[in-house]
Amino acid sequence: MRLISLLRLLVIVLLALPVLMVLAAWLQWNDGSADILLGMASTVLPSYVVSSLGLCFWVAIGVISMGSVSAAAVTLFDFKGRRSLEWALLLPLAMPAYVVAYAYSDFLQFSGPLQTALRALFGWQGALWPDVRSLWGAAAVLSFALYPYVYLLVRAALVERAPQLMEAARLLGADLPRRIFRVALPLARPAIAAGTALALMETLADFGVSSYFGVTTFSTGIYKAWLVMDDRVAAAQLATFLLLLVALMLRLEQKAQARLRFASQRSMGRGAESQPLQLRGWPAALVLLLCGMPVLLGFVLPLLIMAHALWVHSQSMWIDWLTFSVWMGNSLYLGLLTAVLAVGMALSLAFSQRVHPGVWQRLSTQAVGLGYAVPGVIIVVGLLLPIGWLQKTWPQSQAGYWLTATILGLVWAYLVRFIAVALQAVQTGYTRIPISTDEASRTLGVFRTALFTRVHWPLLQRSTAAALLLVLVDVMKELPATLVLRPFNTDTLAVMAYQLARDERLGEAALPSLALVLVGLLPVMLLSRTLRKT
Amino acid sequence: MFSKLVFAGFTRCALGALALLASSSGVSLAQEAELNLYSARHYATDEALYADFTRATGIRINRVDADDAGILSRLKAEGSSSPADVILLVDTARLWKGEVEGLFKPIHSKLLEKAIPEHLRARTRTEGTSWFGFSTRARVIVYDKSRVKPEDVDSYEKLALPVNKNKLCARSGSHPYNLSLFGSMLEHLGAPATEVWLKELVGNMARTPKGGDTDQIKAVGSGECGIALANSYYVARLLRSGAQQDQALMQRVGVIFPNQASWGTHMNIAGGAVAQYAKHPANAQKFLEYLASPSAQSYFADGNNEWPVVKGVQINNPALQAMGGVNFKTDPLPASFIGMNQIKVQQMLDRVGFR
Repeated sequence: MRLISLLRLLVIVLLALPVLMVLAAWLQWNDGSADILLGMASTVLPSYVVSSLGLCFWVAIGVISMGSVSAAAVTLFDFKGRRSLEWALLLPLAMPAYVVAYAYSDFLQFSGPLQTALRALFGWQGALWPDVRSLWGAAAVLSFALYPYVYLLVRAALVERAPQLMEAARLLGADLPRRIFRVALPLARPAIAAGTALALMETLADFGVSSYFGVTTFSTGIYKAWLVMDDRVAAAQLATFLLLLVALMLRLEQKAQARLRFASQRSMGRGAESQPLQLRGWPAALVLLLCGMPVLLGFVLPLLIMAHALWVHSQSMWIDWLTFSVWMGNSLYLGLLTAVLAVGMALSLAFSQRVHPGVWQRLSTQAVGLGYAVPGVIIVVGLLLPIGWLQKTWPQSQAGYWLTATILGLVWAYLVRFIAVALQAVQTGYTRIPISTDEASRTLGVFRTALFTRVHWPLLQRSTAAALLLVLVDVMKELPATLVLRPFNTDTLAVMAYQLARDERLGEAALPSLALVLVGLLPVMLLSRTLRKT
Repeated sequence: MFSKLVFAGFTRCALGALALLASSSGVSLAQEAELNLYSARHYATDEALYADFTRATGIRINRVDADDAGILSRLKAEGSSSPADVILLVDTARLWKGEVEGLFKPIHSKLLEKAIPEHLRARTRTEGTSWFGFSTRARVIVYDKSRVKPEDVDSYEKLALPVNKNKLCARSGSHPYNLSLFGSMLEHLGAPATEVWLKELVGNMARTPKGGDTDQIKAVGSGECGIALANSYYVARLLRSGAQQDQALMQRVGVIFPNQASWGTHMNIAGGAVAQYAKHPANAQKFLEYLASPSAQSYFADGNNEWPVVKGVQINNPALQAMGGVNFKTDPLPASFIGMNQIKVQQMLDRVGFR
């Protein structure tokens, strides 16, 4: 047990280190970075903040409405096509947001095939609709890419108890709206909060979509300070503000969860007679349409656009399938390895927080989770800074070599970035195990390791599976850290898709992008299967 | 069942990681027939370029492709333990930055010093030359032939003319290609005039900066924008594109090599250097010298639509010829000026609201 605590401490330190390095940038305050910060503050920073907040606002609206409406629809009601929708709603998870962004802007822009064809066909002039590459477009693309987080968590929260409670409420005479707002919504609220928090953290960390769309967010400022002004201190100082925002968000979300603990105080019985409400006719069609939209716009349509781009360019292209399968293998390998490590760490951290719910445990878990909202590039900086220092002061350590010539640095960066995803899923799983279960176990003489292996683990398996698959998919899509930290000859699908798109060869980028989506589908399918089994 | 699966997966991954560590840690610490390359080039013909080198010399190339900034910071962190031998970058200012931060090892190469013009490489000092340009790209002006007169856009300064109001399109000002161009303008016009010029450019824009260079060219071809700034090889690629849609777009697009009457068209340099802590320095130098060979130079010209730096290399690229880009005046401004101006330019962009 001692060894485990020590290991856990090491993990916390390693995972928090890059983020702490960001905070430590304030200790290196100098005139140069002060000049840059003040210059930006008096010119562009206010508008960056405004557009970041605007983006967050619209993404929140988007993911909450799409995620929770669809989750509620497939758990509370039964209608034709429900079973297919249940898993189809997860499909956009396999779609990297930047791929969706490339696809839509190429297809819908003024010079894109659709507008050009329409203008030619009807002789229309000018722009036929507002440019996709705008704040609205970015918010829509990010909402499509991120709503599955909310959907996933809300569905998990509802599927266990909602049908019975809704049934009970119906027997007590409550009408449908009242049942939804007074029974289902309170049950789902912690999950909505948790899912939205994840989505917003990703939104804040996003650079790919917003930079391509010309939306200048706070991340733009951080990138500029680092890449253009070459001032890592100023970049890190700017990142601190982002961290503060995220810390605040995490705090609010945890408060919401704590207040709603009562929902977990009862053990979960499942009445066989309670059934989801049957829908027929136009209500069924309406629900089907509502739930089908996110799948159509977030997955099917971009997929078709990419396939079309691939088709257009396929004549002049030669595909080396062997190299291609190597990229795929690298993506899967890095994803699986990180997923297993992340879930192991998340379980250990969450268990420790569960059995010793102290301030220190809570703070350390929070610090570890902060990495999720930090743009990948900043994590890379936070990781390279201490290693560079170590390498300089102790050259024999070969620290720099180990970081990049092996996959150590890359997996480290992935863990810093995505441990929060695993933690969220596992912790949400924990909120569904009543504290009274632990108390009962203790009176029966089950402690520590046994409490985990015999009591928690069987109840956490579904959340663990979800965590595993979410991290796997996230790692396969990750870009900035993979680009900079990977060892020699380790190209992945995401890297290749980006390199080709960066070179503005969208047709060729379509192939690795499609492969990324297809490889990502497998875990997503597994995920939905695991969720279906109770 | 699930726990067993997870456990088995965990063990397998852990073993796999160890195996990979063991195998990859053997990479290249010893002097072998191999070369470790960090490259910011990301072009289709590069594969063939590297394969030819391996075929000719027997030296195997290990490669990491990333962006310029990522490569520089990775090198900095790796310090003396860096496995990199050769660094290839695609922007003048970054090459200069690598030089001043001591990330490159200066070399003496008669062959390279003779083949590559002085303004396309680092200054030669007693310890050697720290980097060499191997190809260049022109920052050209593309315009809609149906509504813009070429004489209104034949210099960078003229983009700011009132006649070009609501016509100009550009990618983000903070992109290295634009920063380097604006850095050269700062050198030619002086700071106050450059800031005024940038402000007028913003006033002339048809839309806020977004997308890449290809997007700008397509926007001109489809009539959304009248004028755009773009790198020459994107223009050439669209001209050579087999897709019917691209052909139709390019019908409308004219290309101008700006400032022929004054200091010449701004050229951005793609170049390479030997890494400061190269473990295979001899192979590295051999590779750089190979890049200046006629066969490598024609890969840049014919394959990737760039201009070769070595004089007398035959260009068999119909697109470059069609653009009129075989004989034109280029701006000989040394890289150090462009590199040093970056921060000043970015601050100007922020002040005038050039996104």
